[in-house]
Amino acid sequence: MTDRTIVMQGVSRRFGKLWAVRGVDLALQPGECVGLVGHNGAGKSTLIKMMLGLLRPTEGTVRVLGEDPADGKAAVRQALGYLPENLAFQPGMTGAETLAFYARLKRQAVRRNADLLDRVGLGAAARRRVGTYSKGMRQRLGLAQALLGAPRALLLDEPTTGLDPALRQSFYAILHELRGEGAAILLSTHALAELEGEVDRVIVMNSGHKLADGDIQVLRGLSGIRPRLRIRLAQPFVDPVRWQRWRTLPGGLLETSCHEADILPLLRALPDEATDVEVVRPSLDEMYATFLQTHPTCGEAPL
Amino acid sequence: MRQTIIIAGKEFRDGLRNRWIVAISLLLALFSLSLAFLGAAPTGAVNVDPLAVTIVSLSSLSVFLLPLIALLLSYDAIVGDIDRGTMALLLAYPVTRWQVVLGKFVGHCLLLALSTVIGYGAAGFALQLTGGASPAAWQAFALLIASAVLMGAVFIAIGYLVSVLVRDRGTAGGIAIGVWLLFVLVYDMGLLAVLVADQGRMITGGVLNLLLLLNPADAFRLLNLAGTPGVASFSGLAGLAAQAHLGPPLLAVALALWVAVPLSAAMAVFSRRQI
Repeated sequence: MTDRTIVMQGVSRRFGKLWAVRGVDLALQPGECVGLVGHNGAGKSTLIKMMLGLLRPTEGTVRVLGEDPADGKAAVRQALGYLPENLAFQPGMTGAETLAFYARLKRQAVRRNADLLDRVGLGAAARRRVGTYSKGMRQRLGLAQALLGAPRALLLDEPTTGLDPALRQSFYAILHELRGEGAAILLSTHALAELEGEVDRVIVMNSGHKLADGDIQVLRGLSGIRPRLRIRLAQPFVDPVRWQRWRTLPGGLLETSCHEADILPLLRALPDEATDVEVVRPSLDEMYATFLQTHPTCGEAPL
Repeated sequence: MRQTIIIAGKEFRDGLRNRWIVAISLLLALFSLSLAFLGAAPTGAVNVDPLAVTIVSLSSLSVFLLPLIALLLSYDAIVGDIDRGTMALLLAYPVTRWQVVLGKFVGHCLLLALSTVIGYGAAGFALQLTGGASPAAWQAFALLIASAVLMGAVFIAIGYLVSVLVRDRGTAGGIAIGVWLLFVLVYDMGLLAVLVADQGRMITGGVLNLLLLLNPADAFRLLNLAGTPGVASFSGLAGLAAQAHLGPPLLAVALALWVAVPLSAAMAVFSRRQI
């Protein structure tokens, strides 16, 4: 129990008559990076705010580093890093001043901030006012403050919005380093595709309910979408009887779907005419769409 | 304590950066200098200390201007930060909610105090340079600045209470203007109307004293216009000063309570508020 950084058990949260989160169980281990996925209003931000202790659950228990985060113990807060969605810093302060303020609050040595700003690529802009920053730069400053004091749990709400692909890559590179140092990372997003290969596990939320929780393999199994096998033949002519379970795609490709376990036998049985072979597995976006179809939205939840 | 000071320091620095201090100081200096040199014109013939006359004018100006400035500074302080997402972030740090409210409040009070000292001080020094002022007038002038800052703190505290009670910034702004109208204009007009209608039957001196203490702007006015004998005679309130049993210490305590009660209420409400 105590070795898990964050544990939620049977957590529900109601706002008026609406349940923003309903009966969610989840756990985050040290060194684990988990993607929290769902459309706007799925309950992602409410979950994160309960982990931070900003909201108390209506039902269930939340434990962060073994403590109830709503108690506001300084030791727990010290070990947390948080990046809120749509964060707007004071435009009149410079990046360095903004980070210095948060470092003092967290009782961290301000002199280490220069390294942190370099790490997120803001070293050169540290003395510029935040008002002159681009959205991506503000987002990186937000990340820098979340990284203050080497947090053991990092909660990032839509952290990659406004980052171009290159910055996004460097952002994930930073997360990989932190994982190596044993931090548990939770990042919420509705851009699923970018999580592929970056997270250990994905939690899918919809209308406050947890629809799925597992690594990509588990999600593939849960989604029921079969992988597809695509081949190109040396001879463009296709014998319809022989290739009856294959359908023709534009560009002379043939495609069929099969169970994961049948992929290898099928590949072995391919005749010599096959010149090119590709296995297409369902993307996270496809799986997410399937989850939503099988669990239709029962009304938008607040937050 | 440390966290409160850090937050107060940030709030103060924000005020310096976004030119609040410069704007308020300039505005107060402009008004106080005009009052000092235009309003004190008749003092020459009767050989009255120009600073004492300026205090009378500045007191009346302060009653209108400082509550407005204080409310404009404060109405957005909490609800605005919640809107911008910085409040959720701040509360994820090792700070308690009362530290956040107190820190921001102290920062805003320092901002207003510095601006008032600069703005009003400009008039004091200008008068000192041109004609000189008596030590007694300077003492009353210092009391004016101190009590003006205290009254400002009252309205900052009320602004904070508004800011923690409402859901959006527009509403907070509207209520802040309403609070200003109520205490600065409506209350006194209403009180006057009641006094005229009552003809001294129900509202005795004691009740009137209480009614005056229930408006921080009135408490401030009495403290400055009737509290200092030299000033009271020029303000036309010497008669009232003799009648009212509200000495400066009692008025100062009333103003201090007007800071403490709304501020504590703001902290209590904020500690239960969903972010």
